Amino acid sequence: MGRLAVPFVGFIVGLGFILALLCAVFFTPHDAPEETAASVFHKEPKEIHYASDGPFGRFDRQQLQRGFQVYKEVCSACHSLRLVAFRDLEEIGFSKAEVKAIAKNWATEVPTVDDKGEATTRKALPTDYIPAPYANETAARASNNNALPPDLSLIVKAREGGAPYVDSLLTGFQNPPAELLKRFPDAAPPPGLHYNPYFANLNIAMPPPLVADGQVSYSDGTKATVAQMAQDVSAFLIWTAEPKLEARHRAGIVAVVFLLIATGLAFAAYRNIWSGVKH
Amino acid sequence: MSFPWANHYAPKHPLMRWLDEKLPLPRLVYNAVGAGYPVPRNLNYMWNFGVLAGAALVIQIITGIVMAMHYAANAGVAFDSIEHTMRDVNAGWAMRYAHANGASMFFIVVYLHIFRGLYYGSYKAPREMVWLLGVVIFLLMMATAFMGYVLPWGQMSFWGAQVITGFFSAIPVIGEPIREWLLGGFAPDNAALNRFFSLHYLLPFVIAGVIVLHIWALHIPGSSNPTGVEVKGPQDTVPFHPYYTAKDGFGLGVFLIVFSLLMFFAPNALGHPDNYIPANPLSTPAHIVPEWYFWPFYAILRAFTFNFLWIPAKLWGVLAMFGAIALLFFLPWIDRSPVRSARYRPMYKWFFWVLVLDVFILGLCGMKPPEGIWVLLGQLAAIYYFAHFLVILPIVSAIERPLPLPMSITESVLGEEPATSGQPA
Repeated sequence: MGRLAVPFVGFIVGLGFILALLCAVFFTPHDAPEETAASVFHKEPKEIHYASDGPFGRFDRQQLQRGFQVYKEVCSACHSLRLVAFRDLEEIGFSKAEVKAIAKNWATEVPTVDDKGEATTRKALPTDYIPAPYANETAARASNNNALPPDLSLIVKAREGGAPYVDSLLTGFQNPPAELLKRFPDAAPPPGLHYNPYFANLNIAMPPPLVADGQVSYSDGTKATVAQMAQDVSAFLIWTAEPKLEARHRAGIVAVVFLLIATGLAFAAYRNIWSGVKH
Repeated sequence: MSFPWANHYAPKHPLMRWLDEKLPLPRLVYNAVGAGYPVPRNLNYMWNFGVLAGAALVIQIITGIVMAMHYAANAGVAFDSIEHTMRDVNAGWAMRYAHANGASMFFIVVYLHIFRGLYYGSYKAPREMVWLLGVVIFLLMMATAFMGYVLPWGQMSFWGAQVITGFFSAIPVIGEPIREWLLGGFAPDNAALNRFFSLHYLLPFVIAGVIVLHIWALHIPGSSNPTGVEVKGPQDTVPFHPYYTAKDGFGLGVFLIVFSLLMFFAPNALGHPDNYIPANPLSTPAHIVPEWYFWPFYAILRAFTFNFLWIPAKLWGVLAMFGAIALLFFLPWIDRSPVRSARYRPMYKWFFWVLVLDVFILGLCGMKPPEGIWVLLGQLAAIYYFAHFLVILPIVSAIERPLPLPMSITESVLGEEPATSGQPA
């Protein structure tokens, strides 16, 4: 009898769980989730390729510089980039002097104290992190219809879909389709929000930031179409989120090649040692 | 503790002889994982995963110690200290990605190790203690991984901590006070983060200690093998070194290749994007999802949606989720079949593979938002999970007629006709 105690108690406990689950199966509803405007009209990001894609991917530094220019002239009016310092810009091909000039001429200054200890601001230095456009969250919300423009440093890693999502969002603004309003009369964007099918709930507080070709004038002669600017700035944000991407790819290739050779040798050693033993 | 024909440690060099007299550490290693440990000659590649799990733990400890040198366990700066590691610390990105993906690799090899044990009946007498200690290691790993995931203090860190510690509040009356005591507050905050960091640093060494016991307990009866037939004589075994050190060396190479592909080329594939958003107690993510290795248990938790016997569904879910792991402790006494290996268990073999499929389905349900078909599927899969261990296994082990076993390991290797073939299959 004693030897059957565990299976018996287990059987009773199991029966309890199974009955509870059977009741859950039969007595709680399993309706398919109701269709919402977002579940029907939300779109997956477009397929966009970047120079940094794939195991051999490297940054296109010209593109990153163009993307930085878009950030500087458009995005930085509302979005901070708090994890990137000016000095980091040397990694995307700016010279020391250029970085110094970029920091010095940045639209927002860096908070500091003067000789008397009074709060003031000073021009940015290469060692400074890129100053945020707003002093704090309250100021940011006050200027943006109570919406908070997110920091962009990690945005590519912090959103499902990554850089193509950012690109799709930037170019995805449109008027709500007639069919949307026909099927979901309440789905019209509330005042102050903008219809964008790539945004999770379709209505985003950000107004379309890239509105016209030539909004930014690129110094390398690239034509600044909206699509081009969106791609450049999303490529730039891949770099801000993952500045060590190239080192990672390079190290990865070395590691995998080394391991393939080492594992091949290990396999040969294993076969050699076992050669006389049937197993 | 070993077979009589085991090689004996005989130090040749005077220095080693001197050391052996004072502190027989080389002897211990020799007997544990050297030529002094006779191992069945017929182990297949499924027997690689124990060593790989050990390697994964070592990688986690080394990368983790380096990470801790740059990490600040303070809710105000924890997130940025991780980003500092990623951006400004030499090879910090490598340490961090190795550690984050190393956790996944650890769980992959441990799950394979566990399912190996289930298929080949490694949990049965005389190896019950090995299995029990293994389940303890598994539980400690889950606790460690959970607390580690909280440390970056991203959105999923915070809300994951909120949900997991919320399990305790399902306990009637004392649940909520226990939760607050564990967290050191009403919600996860600096107090919780600090103690999680402290425990996250401690538990891996506890795991290492239990692994020593796990291996110690294993060495009493010696390793099991794919036939499940016990070792009968010297012809059945080979010394661990060089035979299995060589095989494990090859296995380790394959493991590291997979690990490298993951950490160098898709380091965020298994993570959740929300954890790159700093923790914000005022903004709940649309779907709170744990890391992939918890998905099957998360699905079991959420499968209970009915207040059966007036016990709240949430309490059922929590009990079932812990029960799903706790029942593993009783497995050696639930499965009473005298035959170990599923090779010779025609019915059990089928149910084993259904269980594997079932756990995959549970995992999928744990990943998906709890709506529509996923809820029903999760409930059915959870029913099978409990039915498998608590109903099917006892019945199968009672009524199944096992296939004839080989007389010995050597016989099965050399492919002779089983001497017991006269018996009906």
